[in-house]
Amino acid sequence: MKEVVVISGKGGTGKTSVTAAFAALAGKSVLADCDVDAADLHLLLQPRVRRREEFRSGHEAVIRQADCTACGVCLEHCRFEAIRPAENGITFRVEAVACEGCGVCVRVCPVQAIDFPERVGGEWYVSDTRCGPMVHARLTPGGENSGKLVARIREEARGLAHTRSLNLVLVDGPPGIGCPVIASVTGASLVLIVTESTLSGLHDLGRVLDLTRHFKIPAMVCVNKWDINPSITGDIERQAVHRGARIAGRIRYDRAVTTAQLEGKTLWNWALRERNLMCARYGPRF
Amino acid sequence: MKYGSETGPRGVLAIASGKGGTGKTTVAVNLAAVLAERGEAVQYLDCDVEEPNGHIFLKPAIERVEEVGIPVPVIDKTKCTACGQCAEACEYNAIVVLKTALVFPELCHGCGGCRLVCPAGAIQERPRTIGVVETGHAGKIGFIQGRLNVGEPMSPPLIRAVKRAKANGGVTILDAPPGISCPVVATVCDADYVALVTEPTPFGLNDLRLAVELIRPLKRRFGVVINRAGIGNNAIRSFCRAESIPVLAEIPDDRRAAEAYSRGELMNAIPGFRNALDQLEARIMSEFPEEARA
Repeated sequence: MKEVVVISGKGGTGKTSVTAAFAALAGKSVLADCDVDAADLHLLLQPRVRRREEFRSGHEAVIRQADCTACGVCLEHCRFEAIRPAENGITFRVEAVACEGCGVCVRVCPVQAIDFPERVGGEWYVSDTRCGPMVHARLTPGGENSGKLVARIREEARGLAHTRSLNLVLVDGPPGIGCPVIASVTGASLVLIVTESTLSGLHDLGRVLDLTRHFKIPAMVCVNKWDINPSITGDIERQAVHRGARIAGRIRYDRAVTTAQLEGKTLWNWALRERNLMCARYGPRF
Repeated sequence: MKYGSETGPRGVLAIASGKGGTGKTTVAVNLAAVLAERGEAVQYLDCDVEEPNGHIFLKPAIERVEEVGIPVPVIDKTKCTACGQCAEACEYNAIVVLKTALVFPELCHGCGGCRLVCPAGAIQERPRTIGVVETGHAGKIGFIQGRLNVGEPMSPPLIRAVKRAKANGGVTILDAPPGISCPVVATVCDADYVALVTEPTPFGLNDLRLAVELIRPLKRRFGVVINRAGIGNNAIRSFCRAESIPVLAEIPDDRRAAEAYSRGELMNAIPGFRNALDQLEARIMSEFPEEARA
């Protein structure tokens, strides 16, 4: 089984459009949307959800106002600036989005006034699409532990590939180089980096290639909208080779990508339909 | 505000978006340049510490580089009794106890819980560097950026360090990372105003909805900037109207802007772009109170 992960460093370079086109080309594969912050692959593949699971992302501290004596010990120990004055101006409360769920306040509270319930940080789904099964998720906005959710999605996708005897897992990854990206690429067969012909694309490619080298994952590079700046495209390809990556190809700037997205189609399906329309109009030789 | 005026605007503006590549950095650096051109005191903070790009356009002179670390436990093996309480207390599975306690530093959030529970006093904390904060100037613009070390998973502590490095007063522009999870929260949580940059496509709309779901509970004032207006449909405008969200400006799609961006140039000379930016500047500055100039 092969697992190909599409990442980019810089955001908005075309990861999802490329992943969806690959999904259509591959015919049948397992798809995994690991860009859990801003999942968009479902907009092109229209999955039918078959299974829905809660994502439990650790715990969160909650101060019972009736029991808080306002001693301030929790405030003193919290390193994430999550303890805030309560609305009454006397006791304390935990700011949920700042809480990292470490549990230190729960331990130090002298009157045990802090509960530590499990936190539901989103949902993940197993769905069917015309290109094969798909595992995707919805992170609660402001949620923690997106790396843990990514790991959960990949595990499920690999399991599906095994049970359904499919030998390719296509992963739509997140931007950046942090926690969810590391969780997306570790142990993958191949990383495809989709970048764009801009100085920002070039700069971010350098960092993302350092990351794949750090984790010893083979990488290939594709320059999207390469004709916006052909000279930078050359720089990008030279840098990619210099850092041990292979060149996968170039994609030109074309409004068709946006048009396909507006129609909720993969680029490949859109191109096939266009071709058929042309054939119908001008004959099969078109 | 004009030159010679006694007062100038004061506030923190965060530029964010759910989707990546919609133009956060473009808006942030060009807005900083417009404000500086008008003589306002302005700082630009690049909080996209995983992939900071603002420096490409502002070309700052860096004057100071500071390492940022988080405190991680160091076990004194002569004192450790392998009781296992530290591993039990750690919510991040960063400690396992075999013959002695072993620490996995890259999983550690630096909460200090292990040291608190250790009955043998065998745990000390030492800072582990996760990245740097670089401070300098780009002309009259105060410039601060964070740069996360490659391989490092956790950016929020570095983002908080970038924000701590800012000087008081004037307008501060925070260039946020993409997404809707903890690094974005760490950036926008205490901003006076948030501008969400999006593009008029289905991906743009989907991710804008998520960003709005993030910002509303944080109780920040916010509005939307539509970049590359004209490439897609009207769905963003309809969404903003239905949700009573102000559209602060629409930046027309222009291949010249894309080319200038590709070369790392500011775009204030491109007429359509400049108009949109002036409109955005006026709209956002009207949200900020005036302060006496230093």
